[in-house]
Amino acid sequence: MKGWKGWLPWGVVIVLLCIVPWFLKAYTLFILSFSLVNIILAIGLNITLGYAGQISLCHAAFMGIGAYTTGIMVTHGWSFWLSLPLAGLIACFFGTIIGFPAIKWKDHYLALVTIGFNIVGYLVMQQEKWLTGGPHGISNISRPSIGPLKLASAVSYYYLLLFFVILAILSSVWIIKSKWGRAFMAIRLNELAAKSHGVCSHHYKLLAFAIGAFYAGIGGSLFAPLLKYINPESFTFFASFEYLIMVVIGGMGRIEGPIIGALIITMGPEILRVAEAFYLIIYSLILILIMLFLRKGLVVVVDRLREWIPVLRLTKR
Amino acid sequence: MDTCSETNEEVRPETLMPLLKVDQLSKHFYKLVALSRVDFEIEKGEIVGLIGPNGSGKTTFFNCITHIYPPTDGHVLFKGKSMKGLRPDQISRMGIGRTFQLIQLFLEMTVLENMLMAVQEHRGNLLSRLFQRDEAEERKRALETLAFLNMAHLKDEVAGNLSYGQQKLLDFGMVLMPGPELVLLDEPTGGVEVEMRLKITDYIRKLNREGQTFVVIEHNMDVVMNLCERIVVLNYGEKIAEGTPEVIQSDQKVIDAYFGVQE
Repeated sequence: MKGWKGWLPWGVVIVLLCIVPWFLKAYTLFILSFSLVNIILAIGLNITLGYAGQISLCHAAFMGIGAYTTGIMVTHGWSFWLSLPLAGLIACFFGTIIGFPAIKWKDHYLALVTIGFNIVGYLVMQQEKWLTGGPHGISNISRPSIGPLKLASAVSYYYLLLFFVILAILSSVWIIKSKWGRAFMAIRLNELAAKSHGVCSHHYKLLAFAIGAFYAGIGGSLFAPLLKYINPESFTFFASFEYLIMVVIGGMGRIEGPIIGALIITMGPEILRVAEAFYLIIYSLILILIMLFLRKGLVVVVDRLREWIPVLRLTKR
Repeated sequence: MDTCSETNEEVRPETLMPLLKVDQLSKHFYKLVALSRVDFEIEKGEIVGLIGPNGSGKTTFFNCITHIYPPTDGHVLFKGKSMKGLRPDQISRMGIGRTFQLIQLFLEMTVLENMLMAVQEHRGNLLSRLFQRDEAEERKRALETLAFLNMAHLKDEVAGNLSYGQQKLLDFGMVLMPGPELVLLDEPTGGVEVEMRLKITDYIRKLNREGQTFVVIEHNMDVVMNLCERIVVLNYGEKIAEGTPEVIQSDQKVIDAYFGVQE
């Protein structure tokens, strides 16, 4: 569907997300804000994994690089707005380096290489106290302001995150709809065919990692002032698994996939807290059931809804 | 022995040069000799058949030319330029298109997307592929090629839903998309029914009349003998014969290779 009508349901969702924070308690708002950060990260991983098919289990390390860049810079008096692009670019640089093994290895071999990188990243964050503050991390990371407008309150920072989520979605759509996006898909679907039709898989694999890491760096940079405190425990390779789960559960290689996945995986455990001791069991069971019956991810549910609800049919797939 | 040395300094003017010149090409897989000192030449506008019993090294020959496997020895010149050290994608962009014995498509993409994918890397540079979305010319060419193959009505069909014969045609169409100077076809009519086989050979012949150069690996002797002006025969990785279809049909070595030596 073409034209403005195609974007209508998205617009409704954005308006809802704009209204919602005024009705939420502080903790719930924090969880929703954290979900927004995770959406940015999952969008990045969706490009690397979902579109280009390159498994990356070090997404949390890229996030950590972004978070520490902002943490260190802001606590040393630099502007957040300078640290934000730098966080993305430094993560992007490391993403490109991690992309090199992807040229030679794939699947579980590549997974192991990326886990290795995440562990090294974690150790650096934990051991290099002079830079990262060690296990205690960095505290007092102040939230930014735009001119006279201070974004210190939870609600105002939520709006900043929402703005970056929209930017992340639009930019990822733009990349995916470009020839790069098609080349990413070609490599994932049939690398031999891609190569024999002139696709330089080396370049595109590096790009897929670099772009994924850039989003993770930006996400990390936005995460640091959200919590105002960062430590290495947020960036372990278990966190990387969570991002993998978000993309897979949401629906790999679909624009809506990481958005749904990030929301469910971040908010799911909080909602299930009412089940107290059973919450992890229920949570795990739900994940297993989703993978058993919805292998293409929860995005399939949205597709079904689209068939039933006429207005949703207008959204682009 | 270093026969893979740089050969860019070829002196013959381009017009006198064969389009593709293969010199003493060898490929060893550990101790297995898949190709042994094969010489091969093709001039612009020719259709050359490459035949031989199963396991004779025909596909390996294609794989070595397109660097899916780098050759162990020997060198390949395309338009007088050495292809040493190039990757398969670079060779494709140089102007050598190929198909595989097993069809290689992007099954989840539509027919049109497959066609566009086959040409997008042959134009512009990496950065322009992010910013320039105007595909009008590429789209036009894709639709024309599909129309030529009588597949225009299938343009929005997902490639995975096509019949085997249609997939073969799409594979063929994709190779033609960037306008390669040399097309290597690995069993273009393998596994398709008679009608489709005739259709595909007819397309190859039509394109050849317009000047397109082909090397065709084929098991079907009717197709090879009718289509090709010249035939090269491989057996156990060695070239055992070369000549017109009439010469090949009466060559004792070829008969022995196909039917076994009469005691």
